[in-house]
Amino acid sequence: MKLLVNFSRGRGRKPIIAQVVRDTGVLINVERAVIDSSEGEALIDVPDDQCRLVRDSMTRLGAEVRILEHGVNLNESECVDCGACISVCPREVFSLDTDWKLKLAEEKCILCGKCIDACPHRALTLPL
Amino acid sequence: MHKSIDLINERIRGGSARVVTAEEMPAIVAELGEEGALKEVDVVTTGTFGAMCSSGAFLNFGHAEPPIRMERIWLNNVEAYGGLAAVDTYVGATQQSDTLEAEYGGAHVIEDLVAGKAVELRASSRGTDCYPRRTITTDLLLENLNQAIMCNPRNAYQRYNAATNTTDRVLNTYMGTLLPGCTNITFSGAGVLNPISNDPKLRLIGSGVPIFLCGAPGMVVGEGTQHSPAGGFGTLMVTGDLKQMSRDYLRAATMSGYGVTLYVGLGVPLPVLDLDVVRATAVRDEDITVDILDYGVPSRSRPSMRKVTYAELRSGIVELNGEAVRTSSLSSFRRARGVAQELKVWVERGKIQLALPTRAIDPQKMARPMHQTAKGPRVLDIMDRSVITIGENEEIQTAAKKLLKGETNHLPVVNDKGVLVGIVTTFDISKAVANPGKANHVRDIMKKKVVTTTADESVDIAVQKLEQHNISALPVVDQQQHVIALLTAMNLSKILGGRWLK
Repeated sequence: MKLLVNFSRGRGRKPIIAQVVRDTGVLINVERAVIDSSEGEALIDVPDDQCRLVRDSMTRLGAEVRILEHGVNLNESECVDCGACISVCPREVFSLDTDWKLKLAEEKCILCGKCIDACPHRALTLPL
Repeated sequence: MHKSIDLINERIRGGSARVVTAEEMPAIVAELGEEGALKEVDVVTTGTFGAMCSSGAFLNFGHAEPPIRMERIWLNNVEAYGGLAAVDTYVGATQQSDTLEAEYGGAHVIEDLVAGKAVELRASSRGTDCYPRRTITTDLLLENLNQAIMCNPRNAYQRYNAATNTTDRVLNTYMGTLLPGCTNITFSGAGVLNPISNDPKLRLIGSGVPIFLCGAPGMVVGEGTQHSPAGGFGTLMVTGDLKQMSRDYLRAATMSGYGVTLYVGLGVPLPVLDLDVVRATAVRDEDITVDILDYGVPSRSRPSMRKVTYAELRSGIVELNGEAVRTSSLSSFRRARGVAQELKVWVERGKIQLALPTRAIDPQKMARPMHQTAKGPRVLDIMDRSVITIGENEEIQTAAKKLLKGETNHLPVVNDKGVLVGIVTTFDISKAVANPGKANHVRDIMKKKVVTTTADESVDIAVQKLEQHNISALPVVDQQQHVIALLTAMNLSKILGGRWLK
């Protein structure tokens, strides 16, 4: 399960992710992160059965945590199954099946958004 | 053995014609042999579905009361051609909206009309004795138009070169998003299903031949613009009735950072007359080769990285410089199949009969580049030849003096052989002075990664470099990397001053 973590670095610059890994023992996989001097946003991947534990621990440390149920969203009425998205995706979310229809491995998506602009038919959107 | 077109049409009328798609044909020829396939198959249907920028439609609106001779015309804020007398226009697919820019264009107007949506017509005129009206605004549906005739100057490219990008930044092109460092390859085309690839000698495809165009019965007008079959890049000019088209085979699209285009579904039914047709339609993806071009080179002649077949491109992975690189198709093979399949049903049910060209298309033609009577401005026309350079081992203070004396903000840095090794700006020097530390010499503070230009480079390319790197000057170097001049943003004012742009 993927969690989107937003935190402010104003008070004490707490090492939130490291703290939660130590407290809960859950191995957190940071998929992508943008962190500057004042705030940060990280997309993390944790085992499904531990995601509530991680969320609650991070929330206690002052982070805002959202559980992401979905990856990138495909509008099938706009998609023409060209495949322009396939090679720009860093996680191989997209592929063509044996009938050359586009299929999504939504669970691999890290919501980086690279495919959104690459789609000539504006068929892909972020679920945020 | 030879089958006449009349015999094939008789079988179509009688419902007994054997029709297969161009994708099925290679296996049939492999199984039955060429003679057997000729006996067995009457019609091979082809199909392609991809971005075909050179598309558009003629629209006739009828006369308003009082009548207007429309001179400037907009459809949903997309300008359409106003030079066709009073009440006609041509809306081109790539024309962008005055308000929404690349997110809406002529292609979207065409798709909206086909989808049954209302489109706002706005037009103006200077007014004449016979056409007194000056302006008009009205909402129109496709059914309100007397004629809506798609006419596409350049469709159905026989094949198209694949694209990659050797530079270190993302390129947004009509070949889609090209990632830096050749980390993806994009391509377009239906390969095995492509009409001209199944008739490369253009024996069957020519003027008057019936086709499938975006779900409607259409026709080949003749050779397309840029038709260049001698190099394997034939094209077709085609037409069809927009009123009978379907959104399943016609879609507007936007290539980010490039612009609007129209995805067109097009198929040509080919009569299997003789063994030559059998051999031509037995073509496979493995047999059709294109180059992978480097779109990082901003020139008409882009270098080829390697040759590749449609079979390799469609496999999803192509080896390039020892790396496995992922590919993306921009055209839809699934929809190309859909076109060939629907066309097959049309022929089987007698909805369409075949015809041979009333006028043949030249299979030997080669498109030429533009004849240019005047070259555009080059760097040498505007560069500043009184460039001052500094040695890498000089002291920072010397550089500061040179900058002051030369009244310039940029000092190219050279080594003892006069070869460019860096650049320092007034900013670098101010920074070194404000934070005195270890840095004493030019080599300690210079930027080593210098973006350069050459004297014969086009100014447009140099301007693009300045913009992309967010810098204000480019050292002009010769082949030995000696600095011969400097091109600054100031020099560009010579062009804006009207020497080139009038």
